[in-house]
Amino acid sequence: MTITRSALARRVPRTIGVLLALFTAAFAVILMTVSPASAAPSADGDPYRVSGNVQLDGEPLEGVRLTIDGPGGLQEVVTDANGQWKVGVPEKNETYVVTLDEETLPAGIAVVDPEDDTPNVKEAEVGQGGRVTVNFFIGEGERHVTSFFDQFVQRSVTGISFGLMLALAAVGLTLVYGTTAIANFAHAEMVTFGPIVVGAVAAAATAAMPIEAALAVAIVIAIVLSAGLGLFLDVVIWRPLRRRRVGVVQLMIVSIGLSLTMRYLFQFFIGGGTTQLPFAAMEKIPLFGVVQMSWIDIASIVISIVVIVAFALWLSYSRVGKATRAISDNSPLAAASGIDVDAVVRVVWVLAGAMAGLAGILYAYYRPGLKWDMGTQVLLLMFAAVTLGGLGTAFGALIGSIIVGLLVELSTLWIPADLKFAGALFILIVILLFRPQGILGRRERIG
Amino acid sequence: MSGNAPGKKKPTASRKKAAVAEAPRPSAPKQREKSTGLHIGEAAPGVAKVDPIIVADGVRRTFGGLTAVDVEHVEIPRGAITALIGPNGAGKTTLFNLLTGFDKPDAGSWVFDGSSLSGVPAFKVSRMGQVRTFQLTKALGLLTVVENMKLGAKGQKGEKFWHSLVPALWRAQDDEIEERAMRLLTKFKLDAKADDFAASLSGGQRKLLEMARALMSEPQLVMLDEPMAGVNPALTQSLLDHILDLKDEGMTVLFVEHDMHMVRHIADWVIVMAEGRVVAEGDPVTVMKNPAVVDAYLGAHQDVDLGVVTGRYGDGKAGAGVTAAQIEAEGRAELEDEEK
Amino acid sequence: MDWLNILSNSASSIISPATMAYALAALGLAVHFGYAGLLNMGVAGFMALGAYGYAISILTFGFPWWLAMLVGLVASAGFAFVLGIPTLRLRGDYLAIVTIAAAEVVRLLFLTTAFDPVTGSADGLSGYHGSFRDANPLPDGNYGFGPWVYSSDQWWVRIVGVIALALAVVLVWRLMASPWGRVLKGIREDEDAVRALGKNVFSYKMQALVLGGVIAGAGGIVYALPSAVNSGVYVTSLTFFVYTALLLGGAATVFGPLIGSLIFWVLQTLLSNLLPAMVQAGILPFMSQIQAGTLRFILVGVALMLLVVFRPQGIFGNKKELTFVR
Ligand SMILES: Nc1ncnc2c1ncn2[C@@H]1O[C@H](COP(=O)(O)OP(=O)(O)O)[C@@H](O)[C@H]1O
Ligand SMILES: [Mg+2]
Repeated sequence: MTITRSALARRVPRTIGVLLALFTAAFAVILMTVSPASAAPSADGDPYRVSGNVQLDGEPLEGVRLTIDGPGGLQEVVTDANGQWKVGVPEKNETYVVTLDEETLPAGIAVVDPEDDTPNVKEAEVGQGGRVTVNFFIGEGERHVTSFFDQFVQRSVTGISFGLMLALAAVGLTLVYGTTAIANFAHAEMVTFGPIVVGAVAAAATAAMPIEAALAVAIVIAIVLSAGLGLFLDVVIWRPLRRRRVGVVQLMIVSIGLSLTMRYLFQFFIGGGTTQLPFAAMEKIPLFGVVQMSWIDIASIVISIVVIVAFALWLSYSRVGKATRAISDNSPLAAASGIDVDAVVRVVWVLAGAMAGLAGILYAYYRPGLKWDMGTQVLLLMFAAVTLGGLGTAFGALIGSIIVGLLVELSTLWIPADLKFAGALFILIVILLFRPQGILGRRERIG
Repeated sequence: MSGNAPGKKKPTASRKKAAVAEAPRPSAPKQREKSTGLHIGEAAPGVAKVDPIIVADGVRRTFGGLTAVDVEHVEIPRGAITALIGPNGAGKTTLFNLLTGFDKPDAGSWVFDGSSLSGVPAFKVSRMGQVRTFQLTKALGLLTVVENMKLGAKGQKGEKFWHSLVPALWRAQDDEIEERAMRLLTKFKLDAKADDFAASLSGGQRKLLEMARALMSEPQLVMLDEPMAGVNPALTQSLLDHILDLKDEGMTVLFVEHDMHMVRHIADWVIVMAEGRVVAEGDPVTVMKNPAVVDAYLGAHQDVDLGVVTGRYGDGKAGAGVTAAQIEAEGRAELEDEEK
Repeated sequence: MDWLNILSNSASSIISPATMAYALAALGLAVHFGYAGLLNMGVAGFMALGAYGYAISILTFGFPWWLAMLVGLVASAGFAFVLGIPTLRLRGDYLAIVTIAAAEVVRLLFLTTAFDPVTGSADGLSGYHGSFRDANPLPDGNYGFGPWVYSSDQWWVRIVGVIALALAVVLVWRLMASPWGRVLKGIREDEDAVRALGKNVFSYKMQALVLGGVIAGAGGIVYALPSAVNSGVYVTSLTFFVYTALLLGGAATVFGPLIGSLIFWVLQTLLSNLLPAMVQAGILPFMSQIQAGTLRFILVGVALMLLVVFRPQGIFGNKKELTFVR
């Protein structure tokens, strides 16, 4: 073992050097193509407007709640004393879905439109002018209601799909934690990195090939570069810190610094706005019951499942996978029994990077849109998933992710949609109250 | 910040006085009187004691499928030195954790000095006079040695939030505690290090500090988890003397140790654990002849002398064959371990 | 480039309310992280509760300013208490995740439209200054010299900020020099050891959490005094910036948080003025002014990484006082 290890040690630096050079070059090229000119114009405070007026027979209705969904995420707004409402949105030439919450209308009153079976939901396109007005016809009549069961089914499907995507990212986070004890806040930026590369490459490649091919090429390149990012960070930052025997709290704070650095670097290059990846606004096709999905949604679920299963097989049966679990279990013991910890950790970083990048791409379609801080938006949910599962256990992270995904989506049945992340985080805190070690975690030793 | 803080001052006159009062003790080993007649009836696992300080019943702790501790009945004699021995993984540390409230059992109850301790949190157990040390030393590295010691004292007024804001309320008591701390440090030969950070001590010195710190609370029962592990042979003798002194001062000692020579040297009573159970009890000499003990430690190799197997030095002449360089290397390795 | 303006702005930030607010928050964090070893990543939540507690008390309940401040402090204390019950038994890294999550929950609760009439949701709250300014003993007019010329209202905010800071510093300094502080530092080093010595570790951690939380809450109030309250401020980045300020000065010291916040804000103001000016003057090519503005946050991240690895004790701290034992 010692022989192989020292041989490895001699061979590895050169390979890594080459990889690093390639990686840096590729990264530089990409950053060139994403020139600041192409970025959305504004940083904070979204520039465009969706607004409207809710009235009943000329009388303004106050306190009616509307949700606006589209690029930049879900927003909620309540009408003021004049019955008026408005929200800022980040993108023009995009479609936003405005839903009026009929529960907040006075009794016996509903949105009426005989032509439409969901009259309280409207699509509005923010055109070149950057502004659009959405009004609803309000009158006395039957409210349109999706039955609770239907909503439940629909949200469950979305929740599982979100949970699987989360799992893709969380598994890497938890493996890194298990093998290196780093609670890596910069994992959020590894998630953001994937879609950024896709956006840049797809934009550049559409000139040379059909858009489908361009997207495929872009995704492959993005995953390879995401893996490269994992390797790069391990070689340049984390391994040297391991050598210095930097403590876990310090490592965590380093990762926070790295997260800030990378996040603002992204903003530096792509600006503060939201951009859409190709096919983001795909038509939804009815599947069963009330469940509707676009091809992208379906592909997202299938990809997540395939990758997670492959990963689970790798972790359970491959030599390196077993070594990874051994290190997570007891690092000094694993090292003493001849496992080359550094090499395994490097593999873990590469895998974590690749899966985070892939998860980010799926997330860019789920939101929809790619934004400089999109990873940060789900970082806490990933941590919640990982913590629920018990820090450092990969299968725990999978279960935790699906629980969190379902919690996020199902909670909107009872609480306002703009509190759905808060609900999931709150439940995390409550669960830790009863199981401080997470669902699958073990307690620590004393003495 | 610590330099100009009002709570700390340069070594006072009282400290120097303490140093003078305590003449260096001769370190030659002296065989002291063993306590006898501790038990009632035949010495067997779970035998009743004349005056037990701890009585434990049906204490069981499992980790997943593994039963770490499963003690039917055990009594610890008061005013004596009891050794708890057993191979690695026998459940000694786990039993310590349970008895001191650091861990919760699956089942069982135990009584300390007449009051039930099941479910009592660790800090209350300690306040009741049952203080422990840890197998992996827990010196508080970024506190000075004397601060470590002062932390051990019970009932400090200045440790209450609002009181602490008015030094007049606690200064006198604090000085008193410091004086006592210096006396103990002198006894443990750590007085020269009083104002150093505990992190700068060697592994063996930390063991001493941890024991001294535990004594600051003036306990009735001192539980030491492997107090001699990692202590260099030059220090072990004085550690043994300190333990014997505790008994002279009326305290009860329960300690875990692997080295049979030391156990034979100081223990009045020996309890042997294996695979979570108490497999034998008795005075040191008879216990070592007990086939169950030999079996627990040796398995098949029953022809070897037990003292040789469990002791750290092959021929029992502790320290004789060990060079200073070796000891120093050991100390350095220890320090590195500690830093991890 | 207008050097005079750039330097004057930077100098002005020395006594800006933001600097004092950061100093208070960092001092609270020093109690948590530096002295008690509690990895609190929810500083932003404590500050938000202080600020919103203050603003809501005035706007919704019509309280006078001093009572509103008290409400803000009590809100932070309550948050610390509620958060402490489940989390103080958790291991360090779990604590970090739970506190950061809790702070985010707090922010989202202030952001949601569900409570819009009270919290102002995305617009935040403003226009709560009347009562505070009425209490201003200074006559109207501008005072000061050089870069430090402010109106009487601006001075009043600064005076209250300095008083709050001074009180907090003295309080923390007395506490940490007492046996109480000794127990706390012991817990930071190894809580099991301290537990074995008969100290109620949970209770001490709770006291430290509440104390630090109240001080951070005071920071939130000072932050809200001059202008408005908006949930967009109390994001996790705020927590990270406070960590950077704290680590700049030294985590387990009383004056470290002050000095760190000072350096942090002077540098931030300097860079936010200097970098765009450099772009304008053509000194930084390949960069727009917006990008130049982003650059300074990149530098914060880099600084945080370098600090924690190479000078964990802070730039003025003593190597022996470094607090990363585990
Ligand atoms: N927290 C824990 N989780 C799982 N197993 C444990 C834990 N603590 C102790 N054990 C197991 O319990 C058994 C007894 O351990 P311990 O009490 O430390 O033994 P000893 O101190 O006698 O060497 C060992 O097999 C050990 O692996
Ligand atoms: Mg043990």
